[in-house]
Amino acid sequence: MQAINFLKPNRDNIKNYSIIGSVLILISLIDVISNAFLKTNLTSFLPGSLTTLFPLILGLIGLNMMRIDYSGNKALDLLNKNINTNNFNALLTLLILFSIIKALPPSLSWMIFDANISGDSKDACTGTGACWTYIKVWFRRFMYGMYPNEFHWRINTAFILVIALGFVGYFMKENLKKYLALYYVIIYPVIAYLVIYYLISGGSFGLQWVETGAWGGLSLTFIVSFFCLIFCFPLGMIFALGRRSNLPVIKYISICYIEFWRGVPLITVLFMSSVMFPMFLPEDFFMDKLVRVIIAITLFEAAYCAEVIRGGLQSLPRGQYDAAKSLGMGYWKMHIFVILPQALKLVIPGIANTFLALVKDTPLIFVVGLAELAGMLALAKTNPKWLGFAMEGYIFASIIFWIICYAMSKYSYNLEAKYKTER
Amino acid sequence: MNNIIKKFLPQILAILFVVLIFGFLTINAQTNMDNRGIDFGFGFLSQESSFDVQFSLIEYSGSDSYARAFLVGLLNTLLVSFISIIFCTILGVIIGVARLSSNYLIKNSAAWYVEFFRNIPLLLQIFFWYYAALRALPLPEKANAWFGVTYMTVKGYYIPAMVWENLNIFLYCGLAAIISIIILRNYANNLRDNKGKQIPVLLYSFAILIILPLLSFLIGGVSLEFELPQLKKLSKISYIYEGGISLPPELIALVLALSLYTSTFVAECVRAGIEGVSKGQKEAAASVGLTPNQVLKLVIMPQALRIIIPPTTNQYLNLTKNSSLAAAIAYPDLVLVFAGTALMQTGKAIEIVSITMLTYLTISLTIAAIMNWYNKKIEIKEK
Repeated sequence: MQAINFLKPNRDNIKNYSIIGSVLILISLIDVISNAFLKTNLTSFLPGSLTTLFPLILGLIGLNMMRIDYSGNKALDLLNKNINTNNFNALLTLLILFSIIKALPPSLSWMIFDANISGDSKDACTGTGACWTYIKVWFRRFMYGMYPNEFHWRINTAFILVIALGFVGYFMKENLKKYLALYYVIIYPVIAYLVIYYLISGGSFGLQWVETGAWGGLSLTFIVSFFCLIFCFPLGMIFALGRRSNLPVIKYISICYIEFWRGVPLITVLFMSSVMFPMFLPEDFFMDKLVRVIIAITLFEAAYCAEVIRGGLQSLPRGQYDAAKSLGMGYWKMHIFVILPQALKLVIPGIANTFLALVKDTPLIFVVGLAELAGMLALAKTNPKWLGFAMEGYIFASIIFWIICYAMSKYSYNLEAKYKTER
Repeated sequence: MNNIIKKFLPQILAILFVVLIFGFLTINAQTNMDNRGIDFGFGFLSQESSFDVQFSLIEYSGSDSYARAFLVGLLNTLLVSFISIIFCTILGVIIGVARLSSNYLIKNSAAWYVEFFRNIPLLLQIFFWYYAALRALPLPEKANAWFGVTYMTVKGYYIPAMVWENLNIFLYCGLAAIISIIILRNYANNLRDNKGKQIPVLLYSFAILIILPLLSFLIGGVSLEFELPQLKKLSKISYIYEGGISLPPELIALVLALSLYTSTFVAECVRAGIEGVSKGQKEAAASVGLTPNQVLKLVIMPQALRIIIPPTTNQYLNLTKNSSLAAAIAYPDLVLVFAGTALMQTGKAIEIVSITMLTYLTISLTIAAIMNWYNKKIEIKEK
């Protein structure tokens, strides 16, 4: 121990030590950077494995020389506290830094510098990097599926209308606010259904009929997750209340329902909707594939929703129930005016998480032959004119889904933080 | 009277509703099956399946029954779940602990890892690994050896197979080692509780675990040889490895995607668990004179595990259910083999989908029941 103690700085000599230390770190960083960006090995004079370990060793010594409990220098203290508390931490810091530097040039050149985006056929992609031309050419397909190009405005208008209708609650007059729940649970889904049916499906008002088989891409993801969300929420509420009911029959029916759907994977549910469900329908009754899928996912997610809402119901103190009962309220009155408003506010983050899971589950509908984004990618990948661009496609889809899901998870996190302080 | 109506009317209505729905569905199914000339029954399970499965843990060929095909699928599902659970636990614990690190870089890298892999749909991740990443691997004849004896190629991962002689003796030795460790632990606990003596149980356990199986090699007549994968030329341009075990790329892609995806959730559970133990516990333990190791082992971990284990098991269950996505990349799991191929051949939609769903349901409910029992057992008994 004595031998390496001369490397230990104290408050008197910290100035010299920190200068030498930062120079050593700088050298190691320069070595790694030149290695990664300029592809020149500055330390090629060193034997074999030592040349790869050289920056690591140098950096470690440098960080070790700068480590002191309290130096008086603000910047140095901040550095020591955050990335340089002990040798192990210093090693991890250096490893992370070096791997970021190492990974940067190849990924940057693949994604940007050597990539192609011009042109509109495979021949335009001459570089060694990514071929974003592929994404550009297929963009409309990825967004709208096989929906005819000239009718894309119908999808866009429908979405804008549905979103605008969703914001009605914000601008509702104060004396109408009591009908808000009614609006969102019953009226809004019906209007949204009509808008999507008449605008996207068409068939009347002079709009051409587009069968659901042609729907696809990201817009289908939105349609499916939108309908599933607005339908699964009321259904989940019913089963959550049912599970907490005092009436044994209702309680056990709810438990069976919830545990059944929570116990099976979504993919088997979708299989059920596509191969088993038609058997259970009346003979000459035809139900569209998309509708069957939406029903299946709704039933499935309702069970998860029910568990989230049950959590909210359970977290309310008993006093609320007792107080409502002592005012002479009946079961429904108590729940509508006292329990549910409080419980639902508590479960907003949980519901948001369920919705997030729902959005992440929608690519699965590809197993029953509906091509949303992942399905369209699988289709584009096998197109003989565009072979060999699977990587670009999946990265593009991942980025899109990541942005959607990350925004949602951040939003739910904010909601959670917002409602946390109130109690 | 009013009360009785209030109590029984909803229940009777609910029963009626359920019975009506099921009755309606059954009658429809009956007429539909009559019209199409399908009869309901599970007799097909013993019929010859006459399809092949690419990857199977047990002996299987086209002449075996559908029941055996079901077993093949189930075992494949369990295999991929088991491997992924092991990897996702290791990764999850590392990432979860890293998120609590005092190092700014480590903390944030771990946080970004979680945000990154959690917010991309699992199916896309599976597709990415299978269709994009693993397709970039070298052909068998160009592959470099990893660790000298294993080969990662576009056709799969080839590892040496173990050839055992007198495997059962080895297994008995392992069993004996485990039993003796349990006895030792009980004895040590007794000693500590009654006489206040500590013996290094962990050290002894390791010694037993190593020595007993080693003895079986030296005097028990057990021997182990490795069968290495060898490159073999099939035709002019087509090469393949023979011998050893080959893990198909479907399995690798699935394990990668499942364990990376689920490890983010496990990491969050681990973080919540460790954060959930109040700081006072640690300080109190230190102030009664426990060493840092003892604090971790006797005070922090027991309390943290109590918070970590229930949600983590839930994640394991999710992983097992998610492994059904294997069907999308043609890994022969339960869904692909049974609800896919077998259904296609027999046309018995209702029976096959029901069996598949019930199998998953059984797995889920069994584990949930065990977990409930375990939670009850480890619950803090408050006075």
